[in-house]
Amino acid sequence: MKKSVLLGALTVAGLAAGAAAAGTIDDVKARGKLNCGVTTGLVGFAAPDSNGEWKGFDVALCRAVAAAVLGDGNAVEFVPTTGKTRFTALASGEVDMLARNTTWTFSRDVDLKFEFVGVNYYDGQGFMVPKALGVSSAKELDGATVCIQTGTTTELNLADFFRANNISYEPVPIETNAEAQQQYLAGACDVYTTDASGLAATRATFEAPGDHVLLPEIISKEPLGPLVRHGDNEWADVVRWTLNALISAEEYGITSANIDEMSAGTNNPEINRILGTEGTLGEMLGLDNQWAMRAIKVGGNFGEVFAQNIGESTPIGLARGLNAQWTEGGLLYSPPFR
Amino acid sequence: MSDIGFVRTEMLPEREPPASTVGALGWARANLFSNWFNSILTLASLYAIYAILAAILPWVFSPTWNGASLNNCREILTAAGSVGDHGTSGACWGVIRERWIQLLFGFYPSELYWRPVLAFILLGVALAPVLFSDNVPSKMLIFSALYPFIFPWLLWGGTIWGPIAALAGFVLGWVVYSAVSKTMSSLMGIVLGAVAALVWWLLLSSYFTGALNSILPIGIEVVESRKFGGFMLSITIGVVAIACSLPLGIVLALGRQSDLMIVKYICVGFIEFIRGVPLITLLFVASTLLNIFMPPGTNFDIILRVLIMVTLFAAAYMAEVIRGGLAALPRGQYEGADSLGLNYWQAQRLVIMPQALKISIPGIVSTFIGVFKDTTLVSIIGLLDPLGLSNAIRADANWNGVVWELYGFIALLFFIFCFGMSRYSMYLERKLHTGHR
Repeated sequence: MKKSVLLGALTVAGLAAGAAAAGTIDDVKARGKLNCGVTTGLVGFAAPDSNGEWKGFDVALCRAVAAAVLGDGNAVEFVPTTGKTRFTALASGEVDMLARNTTWTFSRDVDLKFEFVGVNYYDGQGFMVPKALGVSSAKELDGATVCIQTGTTTELNLADFFRANNISYEPVPIETNAEAQQQYLAGACDVYTTDASGLAATRATFEAPGDHVLLPEIISKEPLGPLVRHGDNEWADVVRWTLNALISAEEYGITSANIDEMSAGTNNPEINRILGTEGTLGEMLGLDNQWAMRAIKVGGNFGEVFAQNIGESTPIGLARGLNAQWTEGGLLYSPPFR
Repeated sequence: MSDIGFVRTEMLPEREPPASTVGALGWARANLFSNWFNSILTLASLYAIYAILAAILPWVFSPTWNGASLNNCREILTAAGSVGDHGTSGACWGVIRERWIQLLFGFYPSELYWRPVLAFILLGVALAPVLFSDNVPSKMLIFSALYPFIFPWLLWGGTIWGPIAALAGFVLGWVVYSAVSKTMSSLMGIVLGAVAALVWWLLLSSYFTGALNSILPIGIEVVESRKFGGFMLSITIGVVAIACSLPLGIVLALGRQSDLMIVKYICVGFIEFIRGVPLITLLFVASTLLNIFMPPGTNFDIILRVLIMVTLFAAAYMAEVIRGGLAALPRGQYEGADSLGLNYWQAQRLVIMPQALKISIPGIVSTFIGVFKDTTLVSIIGLLDPLGLSNAIRADANWNGVVWELYGFIALLFFIFCFGMSRYSMYLERKLHTGHR
């Protein structure tokens, strides 16, 4: 009896939550602020600077969505979430969207009832070893001690990889990236494994980065992307097409420098449709026609955001790799704006 | 008879004690080198202290105060010549120079820093008559009573009518209580007073606040809880939990000893439940579970939720500490109070509590210190307390890889607060040490 009452209450709460979630875009407009869930700090992806201003690759996406919906890239309330609190924060409506280097997986999409609206960074799990170890492939790591963050998918990926290759390893469990850096540098483990972007960022902080190499094997697919709640398709569309607008803008050469010039009208109809000088794409989204222009203007197109936060000119120094446009051998492929 | 020279007629002047038994030398001889074993231990300890300091001090005194990033620090250290086997050795204090304000205030708007500063200075003023009752005029207690309303107003801002309305609730409750208890029983007075206050707070005060605010809008800028961070957050949580848990703990301790069965079992159940659950579980309940159970759209402030949970947690421990004090009181004290014809509350106020609390001081202060340090657990639910901020600071590409400097700075600040509390408790024990050995 008690159980059924509790379940009933849960159902009612769930239904009510679903009902309220139906109009996220209206909620955001009424509030005048976008609540965007970000990490509590990941190099290059999201971090507050000394003035408390959030910066980073994921943060830029939040700002673009805020600019598209509210017209102001600063109308964002950044809600720091940890790996443990992120999904409940989104499910309960505390945040409108998550842009928190979250891997798109089947169970998160289907079972946890979220909607991944795209991929803003294709990552994968890699290995870093000291050059002195003389290893050139992860398959030579038989018997190695491996620093690994507990309770993450990387742990499972690692076990899978070593089992598939029939070699053994000794895990050194660690809790945070900072701890991993210290342990690895102190020689507590031969190998450090985590997402390749994280490895690059970690290596960049070493005193002698050249003494460490990233092995060529990438043992997992980690498509990181923004996500929203299931069942609110209008809002999911807004976030999805804001991301696509940034990607398309790079493809068609729209940059924050030339966007004013281009928004006067060009002879490329696709650009005109994105920037709102032709067609009524904005209205279909429930926004005005300048939405994409504002989104691109706030931090530049995808390539500019990438270069500014994690690209080769930054200390993190990530190459575009898989994250290049499809025209340049990458995976970024935005559906047409039409 | 006149030449018996060995009979002294005056005292010899007092001589100085031998140089080897007084002063630093004598102290060292008595305490450090009293026998061969102690001498060896002393020398070994001195060597250990030297080795530790020789390793730490050059690291601490490194000329990197103006470093702009970790790499910049390394350049400065290389230029200064402190390069060891494993690269440069020395702290990178630039991160503290750039971020210390953030570590103290979090994201609080910088033009409003005076508000938390003033709030904490006034906290000292409000605590003075409570903590140092000998040296401060007791009229200051009026300010102490008003302070719980000033404190949130200064930190969160908003209209001044909010705290006034909250205060009015207490006044209303008191008026109803005194009116009813004169005409009817005092139990009815308590119940009706509480009901009146609750009705006021829950139903009427928002209209009152709104109406007065539209007539006379006095207020200061609102600062959202999201902007709270760093030590400000730790101290806010710590102070509120400490201040609320003591009275709550006393009530729970008394309730646990009560003869009224329902009261007793409610108190026992509460204490045992809260003590049986780790604080981090309660924090997860506060941050995630409550969110799901609340009707959507309710904006129940995350810091308020955390405050309530930490307070409840501290109160359960406090109740057991105070119960220890109550149990240590001889039975005669209770009987003596009864034989004087004091009623229950008079006996508690005049006889039992002053003695029980005095016995419990070390335990109470330990609990306070523990609660204050436990506030760092909020970093796990995504609040940016000093530890959470240290992670966020490391996520800045400039400072990625800086570990010891940040933790050292945070540890130093925590140490100052906790050490201060512990010294105060020792002062209080000495002051109250009036018999009862």
